[in-house]
Amino acid sequence: MTGLEQIAAQTKAGQLKPSQVVREALDKAAACEPLNIFTEVLTDSALGQARDLEDRLARGEPVGKLAGVPFCVKDNFLYRGTTTTAAAPFLLDFTAPYTATCLKKILAEDAILLGKTNLDAFAHGTSTENSYFGPTKNPRDPSLTPGGSSGGSAAAVAADICPFALGTDTGGSVRLPASFCGVFGFKPTYGLLSRYGIVAMASSTDCVSPVTRSPADAAYLTRILAGADPLDGTTFDAGPDPVLGRTPKVGVVKEFNTGLQPEVGRAFEAVLDRIKSAGWQVSEVSLPDIGLALACYYVLVSAEVSSNLSRYDGLRYGARGGEGDWEAVVGSSRAGGFMAENKRRIMLGTYVLSQGYYEAYYQQAQKLRTLLIRQFETAFRDVDALLSPVSPTTAFKLGEKTADPLQMYMADLMTVAASLAGIPAASLPLPVSGLPVGLQIMTPQKTDGMNLRLAEEVGKLP
Amino acid sequence: MAGALQRYLVEGYLPSIGIECHVQLKTKTKLFTAVANESGLSPAPNIHVGPLCLGLPGTLPVVNEEAVRLGIWAGLALGAEIAAETKFDRKHYFYPDLPLGYQISQHYQPLVGAGRLEIPISETESFTVRVQRAHLEADAGKLTHRAGEDFSLVDLNRVGSPLLEIVSEPDMHSPAEAKRYAKELYLRMIHAEVCDGDLFAGNLRFDVNVSVSNEPGKLGVRTETKNLNSFRFVEQAVEHEIRRQIGVLKGGERVVQETRGWDETSKRTFSQRSKEDAQDYRYMPDPDIPPLVITKEQIDKEKAALPATVPAIRARLQAWRIPFKTGETVLDYPEASALLCGLPEGLDPGVAKFVANWLVGDILALIKQGEVGWPDVLEARPALLALAKMRHADQVSSQAVKDWLPKLVLEQADPAELLAAAGEGRIADEATLKAMAEEVFKAHPKAVADARADRKAAGFLIGQIMKASAGQADPKLAAALVDKLLGE
Repeated sequence: MTGLEQIAAQTKAGQLKPSQVVREALDKAAACEPLNIFTEVLTDSALGQARDLEDRLARGEPVGKLAGVPFCVKDNFLYRGTTTTAAAPFLLDFTAPYTATCLKKILAEDAILLGKTNLDAFAHGTSTENSYFGPTKNPRDPSLTPGGSSGGSAAAVAADICPFALGTDTGGSVRLPASFCGVFGFKPTYGLLSRYGIVAMASSTDCVSPVTRSPADAAYLTRILAGADPLDGTTFDAGPDPVLGRTPKVGVVKEFNTGLQPEVGRAFEAVLDRIKSAGWQVSEVSLPDIGLALACYYVLVSAEVSSNLSRYDGLRYGARGGEGDWEAVVGSSRAGGFMAENKRRIMLGTYVLSQGYYEAYYQQAQKLRTLLIRQFETAFRDVDALLSPVSPTTAFKLGEKTADPLQMYMADLMTVAASLAGIPAASLPLPVSGLPVGLQIMTPQKTDGMNLRLAEEVGKLP
Repeated sequence: MAGALQRYLVEGYLPSIGIECHVQLKTKTKLFTAVANESGLSPAPNIHVGPLCLGLPGTLPVVNEEAVRLGIWAGLALGAEIAAETKFDRKHYFYPDLPLGYQISQHYQPLVGAGRLEIPISETESFTVRVQRAHLEADAGKLTHRAGEDFSLVDLNRVGSPLLEIVSEPDMHSPAEAKRYAKELYLRMIHAEVCDGDLFAGNLRFDVNVSVSNEPGKLGVRTETKNLNSFRFVEQAVEHEIRRQIGVLKGGERVVQETRGWDETSKRTFSQRSKEDAQDYRYMPDPDIPPLVITKEQIDKEKAALPATVPAIRARLQAWRIPFKTGETVLDYPEASALLCGLPEGLDPGVAKFVANWLVGDILALIKQGEVGWPDVLEARPALLALAKMRHADQVSSQAVKDWLPKLVLEQADPAELLAAAGEGRIADEATLKAMAEEVFKAHPKAVADARADRKAAGFLIGQIMKASAGQADPKLAAALVDKLLGE
């Protein structure tokens, strides 16, 4: 039984009282206020949900698979009747008129929503510092960033406010914070989970991704969340999980086994030793062009970002910048509604899509993306999973990289390739004495169940 | 100048015209979201609007299969290739009627590829226009600028309505050809049942690209006149552009590549936007919409389901030797075409011709008067066929047909019964009829003289006998008597 399953079972058995569980979680959230984890705590609605669940339990009515489990969502999920800010000035007063598919599925299983968590505005960032509400701090050490952009969600689980949270991972936005905060993060196969109702960042790599305490909990959640959504044309119904039925063969990504911070290198070597001791086959695997993935990612993602942010013109909803004619309204709304990093990406994206540059940048990047997908396919002919650290470093200091966007982008170095290839990738916390280090486990498309089982097994290796 | 094109020259210049036509597909819902596609008839603004129409965060487009199917039907009706794989792209620009900040269109891989229209203009002549491509795209909203106000009104009912844009090659060389091509597209679309065909409501909108050149084999600089919603406007705008451009060139100046509008009052085109401020649309594949794969089986299935196409109907009418003009009028009315095409294929052309003539004559007149509707006419198909057979066998006169047609379509009368009833009062007695004929001969000496000189003129005399007998005279006997008397 997974941790989440257990909470639900205890709730059903009357051993846990939802309102008390929620109250305790809210107390923890309040105690963590200096970490700036939340954009909004939904105290009333959470307590209301808990009371409603208790009433139904008292009446002996059936309850869901997540009955009484408190959780948080990144503030880029729409939840009907509440504000969804995406941590950007433009959406500060935007009340969602509908609920995101994934959030709906979780709520239908009677989990209790505590609040919306902080993020880099429009999910653009790797440290949660680029938020209108200010940075979230790492629960392991408040002088450090939690990683981003789902820093709030990872911090909420790391601070033990709730056993799981939902985030989104576009290029590493759940895996990196999970690694920095020492919790489990899982980016599923692109299209396994619906994007409907998520404030879009880059449509071709955006993935709803859970943050949990364990791979088993993530597997439990993924089974609840997966499946084709008629409101998202890129989703599909998952087939049966492939079962290995033999000792796993894993590959170490050669190109990512250099330039590591010593603590990261040591933790990575240690886990490889444990894997070898367990009798798994470990080999070095080269993905020759993976070093170009970061450049490829920032071209494609900026292009999609510039396009996806076009709708924020201040005419129909969101913060209207000023009065005047149409161009003045649109111009001032966009000038005031976006953070600096948003504008940087809009400009980059507009540039790479412009006439005369499209072929040189966007199209080249698309070709490179196809090449990377092929290289992953080739690699997976020989191994069941590819391993690398999630990040070459442990969590960095608040403010350390804010002045240097390129350094900030480098934090995504090891995570973007899996995003471009649309493959499942887990971020498993390794046992370390110092700051958390995450192990990245990448497997072929649509092997999400296998990926999570491997993560669970690695986590249990002596 | 190639000999074949010589006849198109205007003051030594060859006009070349290409047309882009936007067809509003008559789907139940919008192209990418389950909101009613009711752009034309809305009683109020902004009532057919959902989260995607408003461009709300988190909304995603999902392709409407019905729109794809109608797009395939339209492509088949144009005799064009259907793509095995088709994709959607984003065309970016900011405008108050475009909530997403981009239009979802098909720039790189359109649903419909190259096609070829053979357009007849008489029994023996035709011209050919190549279709370059046709693609699906989402319509924008509607802006209303009221005189004297410092604001504009935005209505998003039309946002996301499915359009099929059909792009031709510059294969037309005269205003008449441009008009005829526009009409042909209209016919193809309404017969394929993909569009309501209400031009006034903007169901089909035409953009005409016009250039003139006095260098053989080379096109001149073109202008694009946008948003014409009638065949006549297409013809007039092309006519005006040809004259205007020749005037510009003859004045020693150059034609500016630009977008122009059409002023229907002054019958002139006017400059709207020159190429210098043309926008960079930053086309990008839409990552929200996976490529659509269209199998051969699917295309075959749609081919089988497709209503009779315009060329197929023309071929059928031609096989019955129905005159070209009658046939083209029949094509104007899909119900008339359906009625005719529903007749047995091996039918005697003489019989078919009667039905065709009645449809475009008396019956169309009744419909235009509002006396009957097409459903009544379609229901009367067996009766019309029976009557045509009687008429062809000379069992009834043209006068009787004129009297009976309204009864057939209005009252669903049975022609056999009408014939039987007529038979009861019928004058088939030779002596009675002869007396009548002699009266007629006496009253119209000039007609008798004419008919003696040319027997073809005898029809008048027969008609007079029918009139005198209130239509009751046996037409065959009356004709025989006239013939006999003329010979005396």
